[in-house]
Amino acid sequence: MKIIVCIKQVPDTTEVRLDPKTGTLIREGVPSIMNPDDKSGLEAALQLKDEFGAEVTVITMGPAQAEKALREALAMGADKAILLSDRAFSGADTWATSSTLAAAIRKLDYDLIIAGRQAIDGDTAQVGPQIAEHLNLPQISYVENLELAGDSLILKRVFEDGYHKIKVKMPCLITTLSEMNMPRYMSVGGILDAYREKEIIKWSLNDIEIDTANIGLKGSPTKVKKSFTKGAKSAGKVYEVEPKEAAKLIVEKLKEKFII
Amino acid sequence: MNISEYKGVFVFVEQRDGDIQRVSLELLGKGREIGDKLGETVTAVILGHNIKDKTKTLIHYGADKVIYVDDEALAIYMTEPYTKALTQITNRDKPGIFLIGATAIGRDLAPRVSARIHTGLTADCTSLDIDDENKNLLMTRPAFGGNIMATIICPDHRPQMSTVRPGVMQLFEKDESRQGEIEEYKVEFSKEDSNVEILEVAKETKQKINIEEANVLISGGRGVGKSENFEVLKELAEELDGQVSASRAVVDAGWIDRNHQVGQTGKTVRPDLYVACGISGAIQHLAGMEESELIIAINKDSGAPIFEVADVGIVGDINKIVPALIEELAAAKDNK
Amino acid sequence: MDFRIPKEHEILREMYREFTENEVKPLAEEVDEKEMFPVETVKKLARYGFLGIPFPKEYGGEGGDNLAYAMAVEELSKACATTSVIVSAHTSLCAAPIYEFGNEEQKQKYLIPLAKGEMLGAFGLTEANAGTDAAGQQTKAVLEGDHYILNGSKIFITNAGYADLYIIMAMTDKSKGVKGISAFIVEKDFEGFSIGKKEAKMGIKGSSTCELIFENCKVPKENLLGRIGQGFRIAMKTLDGGRIGIGAQALGIAQGAIDETVKYVKERKQFGKSISKFQNTQFALADMQTKTDAARLLVYRAANAKDNKGSYGNYAAMAKLFASEAAMDVTTRAVQLHGGYGYTREYPVERMMRDAKITEIYEGTSEVQKMVIAGNMLR
Repeated sequence: MKIIVCIKQVPDTTEVRLDPKTGTLIREGVPSIMNPDDKSGLEAALQLKDEFGAEVTVITMGPAQAEKALREALAMGADKAILLSDRAFSGADTWATSSTLAAAIRKLDYDLIIAGRQAIDGDTAQVGPQIAEHLNLPQISYVENLELAGDSLILKRVFEDGYHKIKVKMPCLITTLSEMNMPRYMSVGGILDAYREKEIIKWSLNDIEIDTANIGLKGSPTKVKKSFTKGAKSAGKVYEVEPKEAAKLIVEKLKEKFII
Repeated sequence: MNISEYKGVFVFVEQRDGDIQRVSLELLGKGREIGDKLGETVTAVILGHNIKDKTKTLIHYGADKVIYVDDEALAIYMTEPYTKALTQITNRDKPGIFLIGATAIGRDLAPRVSARIHTGLTADCTSLDIDDENKNLLMTRPAFGGNIMATIICPDHRPQMSTVRPGVMQLFEKDESRQGEIEEYKVEFSKEDSNVEILEVAKETKQKINIEEANVLISGGRGVGKSENFEVLKELAEELDGQVSASRAVVDAGWIDRNHQVGQTGKTVRPDLYVACGISGAIQHLAGMEESELIIAINKDSGAPIFEVADVGIVGDINKIVPALIEELAAAKDNK
Repeated sequence: MDFRIPKEHEILREMYREFTENEVKPLAEEVDEKEMFPVETVKKLARYGFLGIPFPKEYGGEGGDNLAYAMAVEELSKACATTSVIVSAHTSLCAAPIYEFGNEEQKQKYLIPLAKGEMLGAFGLTEANAGTDAAGQQTKAVLEGDHYILNGSKIFITNAGYADLYIIMAMTDKSKGVKGISAFIVEKDFEGFSIGKKEAKMGIKGSSTCELIFENCKVPKENLLGRIGQGFRIAMKTLDGGRIGIGAQALGIAQGAIDETVKYVKERKQFGKSISKFQNTQFALADMQTKTDAARLLVYRAANAKDNKGSYGNYAAMAKLFASEAAMDVTTRAVQLHGGYGYTREYPVERMMRDAKITEIYEGTSEVQKMVIAGNMLR
């Protein structure tokens, strides 16, 4: 069985801080990590490999630094790693990203493609389903559990209010939730191999077949018009009011913060 | 693509077992507002089986027109049949804007449709507006873990697609006197469209027990008074879809299980909302929760250190304020 | 001179940290409080390769080096010195002597399962009347046919009761003094071998420290490690290596205490401001970190020397001497900066201070290290 896992290197957004004075993002010192949903997808692939034997290939599109996430995947037990990197790919939205990744995946053999549900820096959850569409594969997103049944998979696909048990014949694409498992750590020997022995396969635009109108910033239907921070955290206020009024005050605040 | 051909605001109306999802009605409200601004019509698209009787209410909530596809293949949500139906309708009607709720269904369906018709899609928006200059849809969404907001446009492709976070948009005031057109649209489904097999459909309300994963925590301290008073905190937690946590003093007193303890010797939490009820805010407690996005503290003692980290502090008796808050929240929900 | 840590070691450190944070730290308090040997953690350590770091892959190891090993012990020690001493005793005191002195059959039979973590190892030298003076061994081994028959007892043996394999020193020829000591590989199930009294200790309380009892214990002839009479040399070489592990442990305890203290002083307010704003706090922290960094350099130098097959005994002694004393000093000051809270079990520095003390004592007391260092100077 051949499995492709799409991963993304993301800034650890839980480590991001806002400058309390300017309200701007402090990006310095924010570690880059393998996106959690993707890591669970990789773990699912590695579990299939442990149990049934499989070749696991990880692929990412990103800058040269994304190599670190690929080496992490190798150190966890992936067999091959592909870095899709080219200046022409930069600025891509989900449409262009999925088109580029799909073009690369077309060069590979696979039975199963796994992508994390969504990345913590963008939270779009779009690239996985869009790759599936470009490759004309069935997709099952929000997968929390996976079993192999011959040439099919039996998946638990979760919703807000329940779940479906779905059977799908491979090849197919699934997007995984970080709740589905606890990804293994890299092992000591895995790290040493990943850094001393294994090679990262590097592909640029010339290595894949794709219309350049579909890649990068130019190939992206959506554009960022502007971005802004929500503003500095205002100093807390303490109120001494009647219960009813206090309740109103709190509800207002919750509305303002989209909590209700 | 001649984008001037694309007109009108389309809203995908999501139903599960015949229940229209609230977010779809919210989107009709927002769609109505945008439609009025553009001087264009609002169309609700609903897919399912035996759903004709659901169509009228969509008019009442702001749609000018409802297109429904009634087919057995659409009875339970499946990506491919739903994608096929939405794509055909989009290609026929050429809407300028297509709004979809950012639910576990919407976020599966929308990217698939957008990839098939080659247009842009903006995920999980919290605000939508029209650019006065060029009539483009301005789609604003949180990114980077909610640390920044980005306004996204889709200038050269149509429809401008967006999934929208539930609970953000205002409902259109229901008007049962509103009239509109209702059209049944037929889609030919083949066997190949059902490319997955649904073995089981289960309903469940998730019971989370891990306070570290909760988005909302209602946390009780010694000021709660006694074990029984935790009930009202639980009620508040349910109202906000959150969980109950506690300070060490309360755990030690045996009022609540240790799994719920926040602080240096307990768990470190970072929910979107942390309501500290009767917690003085000993340093070991603050260490476990001060990174919470929004901290509301309720305490009798105006000098309690918890107020130093709180965004909103209320000096008073939690056993009076929390019930009042529950009431207020319930009222706020009904008004929506 | 190159002070840069190689890239793969940086990644190893990240992994060690993540593992420690998730798997070791949450248990540290309970392990101490309940004197609980962390059996499940040891299984996880085995799974991720912590129990075979410096051994080649062909012997079931991870193909790493002593620096990688020392860093692992250091990172584990930041959260739990019990966990790190399990790794250190296993690796340095049991697997390492088999790797260095064992024959091919012994390596195949014992080193591979040890390095894979399928077996846990321990080491027995100390006796009731032979501590620092290791030559005073009372345990005897007599060859009878195909077996050595061991009689005697060992005390203060780390991992005892949980280990599957023990390297045991015993007198084969009393008349030759230290040259009459030989080393044996003893399996836990060998006839006549049993575990005696468990010690109640001040620190590293989850680590199992027991007496080993040999009553006509039958050890197959082929389990003699090295040559007959080579035992003392094996023991001393083993302890040289072990000191890198203990130095790393002390270093980790010190850094762990500093990390906790930095967090605490930023949060704690007195006289209306964070106590981190007081110069007393700042100066204390500066001393603590400088000392710990110095310890780190000494420990890494010793590991590096061992990796480069250089003479490292003296470096290891210095590393262990300095790091353990630094750990004691740093943890004491950490408790002081925590004030009353520091004396309670609410904060981990109390445990760290108790744990630090042992690093000045086991695998050669500070005084022994000074003897080694001075001995080298005055040779």
